[in-house]
Amino acid sequence: MKNLIYDGTFDGFLTAVFCVFEQGLSSATLQNEFAQQPGLFSDNETIYTDETKANRVWKGLKLKLSPQGSYQLYAAFLSEQEGVEALLLDYIQYTFSQNKRVDKDYSHPSILKIAQIAKSVGREKHRMEAFVRFRLTKDQLYFATIEPDFNVLPLIEKHFKRRYADQKWVIYDLKRKYGLFYNLDRVEVITMDLPENFIATNTDDSFFAAEEFEFQKLWQDYFKATNIASRKNMKLHLRHVPKRYWKYLSEKQPN
Amino acid sequence: MSFQRIQEKLKILADAAKYDVSCSSSGSKRANTNKGLGDATGMGICHSYTEDGRCVSLLKILLTNHCIFDCAYCVTRKSNDVKRAAFKVQEVVDLTINFYRRNYIEGLFLSSGIFKSADYTMERLVAVAKKLRKEENFNGYIHLKSIPGASDELMREAGLYADRLSVNIEIPTEAGLKKLAPDKNRADFIKPMVKVKNEIIQYKAEKKIIKSTPKFAPAGQSTQMIIGASGENDFQIMQTSNYFYNNYQLKRVYYSGYVPISYDERLPQIGSAVPMLRENRLYQTDWLMRFYGFDVSEILNEQHQNLDLDVDPKLSWALRNLHEFPVDVNSADQRMLARIPGLGMKSVYKIINARRYRRLNWEHLKKIGVALNRARYFMVCDSNLFEKRDLTPEKIKGLILQNSTSKYQNTLSNQLSLFG
Repeated sequence: MKNLIYDGTFDGFLTAVFCVFEQGLSSATLQNEFAQQPGLFSDNETIYTDETKANRVWKGLKLKLSPQGSYQLYAAFLSEQEGVEALLLDYIQYTFSQNKRVDKDYSHPSILKIAQIAKSVGREKHRMEAFVRFRLTKDQLYFATIEPDFNVLPLIEKHFKRRYADQKWVIYDLKRKYGLFYNLDRVEVITMDLPENFIATNTDDSFFAAEEFEFQKLWQDYFKATNIASRKNMKLHLRHVPKRYWKYLSEKQPN
Repeated sequence: MSFQRIQEKLKILADAAKYDVSCSSSGSKRANTNKGLGDATGMGICHSYTEDGRCVSLLKILLTNHCIFDCAYCVTRKSNDVKRAAFKVQEVVDLTINFYRRNYIEGLFLSSGIFKSADYTMERLVAVAKKLRKEENFNGYIHLKSIPGASDELMREAGLYADRLSVNIEIPTEAGLKKLAPDKNRADFIKPMVKVKNEIIQYKAEKKIIKSTPKFAPAGQSTQMIIGASGENDFQIMQTSNYFYNNYQLKRVYYSGYVPISYDERLPQIGSAVPMLRENRLYQTDWLMRFYGFDVSEILNEQHQNLDLDVDPKLSWALRNLHEFPVDVNSADQRMLARIPGLGMKSVYKIINARRYRRLNWEHLKKIGVALNRARYFMVCDSNLFEKRDLTPEKIKGLILQNSTSKYQNTLSNQLSLFG
């Protein structure tokens, strides 16, 4: 069995898929080079990302899938879950092997599984759109850090660009060490050298604008005042706002 | 703006606004224009949740809690001894913009106590919305309260700036209203509602001909009823709800379990439990009416005036109508699929899509996410294993309750022991 190693990008992955079809491999595994476990497989081949090949696969898939189907495929890829490549490959092979559209065939195991993974990624995307908390820096930049379970930055870019068209902002993924910067014109991918002792939620007045702390305080007060104590339901609360997100939410910080 | 002063006002006026349950921020389709701030095209977003599990999507505040009315159920009533405060128009604008820029909220929900007169109050609400739209180029979501008795001219202006307008009828029956809010009458609530409804229809019609016609309250109207304050049964409540959906084309009717806030003897006393389970069952019924193709009279009628607390209203309907079952999931139409207990509309669509490829069996259904512990008594699929016993409704209900745990277990056992 052949093991194709790609560079972790979506184009890289699609290039690898192209090779599977080109070489007529009946069984192959695709592996992200960062997740590679050397020596486990004997027949390794490194795939060099080729945009033309990637685009051919993607174009072909778009013809065979509904818009929702191709979105699910991409979202599932961004999940970075272990073994997702195998599922995606099976999904793609099944898609190309059938004449009719199959992306709604939920009784097919890979299709259902990809739909489910895409749903979790979608949930995470939606959560990030909700839980990002911008803080205004001294140089009038709205700055937020996140650590999402899945790599959702590419999915949330459009939302924030459309919404905050008249303010500069940065959303930085601390886990994956890259971020998006909107400069009032377009969104750029950036990497930052954050200071060694940088704590994302710390309210550091050498970095943030003075009025920032007032608005955080007002928001905390609002959050408290709008609660109805006699209806308290912590179980429901935790289901909506799992504890792992708390550290980024201004309203959840101790005073 | 002075931070301390604003902080104090915000505490008072957010606290007074929290009994309005609507926090919806969807359905508006207001896009960002000219690189302004905000966008309300997508689905609504809950930016946080309070400890009672309710969504925080909008900055929900009163402009003021000074009020000339004395409605027994209301915390802001004239005779109540509470701290009073009032925001200036600009203060609300600044708060909204600054919260929005930090991604705390989807927009503003502005309500108010009634000071001086209905029009005087409504004018100020409209001024806030106008300022946000015209001066701040704000395209986020704005929900304004329609003040009962406000003039047609003001309501028309409100609709041009707001995404949603709402007026709470609060008490489901006119008799109840007379008892608890003698200085209010239902006609005053209805007046702005009718005006907004007519304008929405007119603007929509014009938009079809002239594309540049501005939006008018694109997210529609809603209302709210208090549950458990004035002795109505579920049949009366849902009848009223159905009436408002049909006659005023409301987007939503909200049901708010009464939170005791007064020692008034006309009302449940402080310390009595909020009827949360009942509220939940009413919402389920509302959903069955709006999305599952049920007519309200199938669920609540002269014979069944109250919803069961121990099972959901769809299961309860199914148990009364066993002759409609079992349904074959591989051939039934959408209407009948939607009536199977344990099947939500998402599962219904998944089944309809999936069965085009192959006949579905229990394994498929389970993976799709059907709640089989309820559904299996009401359906057959591509399998010989189905419920062959001739079970009575009581027996089925018993089996289902035995094999499931309700999140309301505690509430239920308390409430049942009252009658036991």
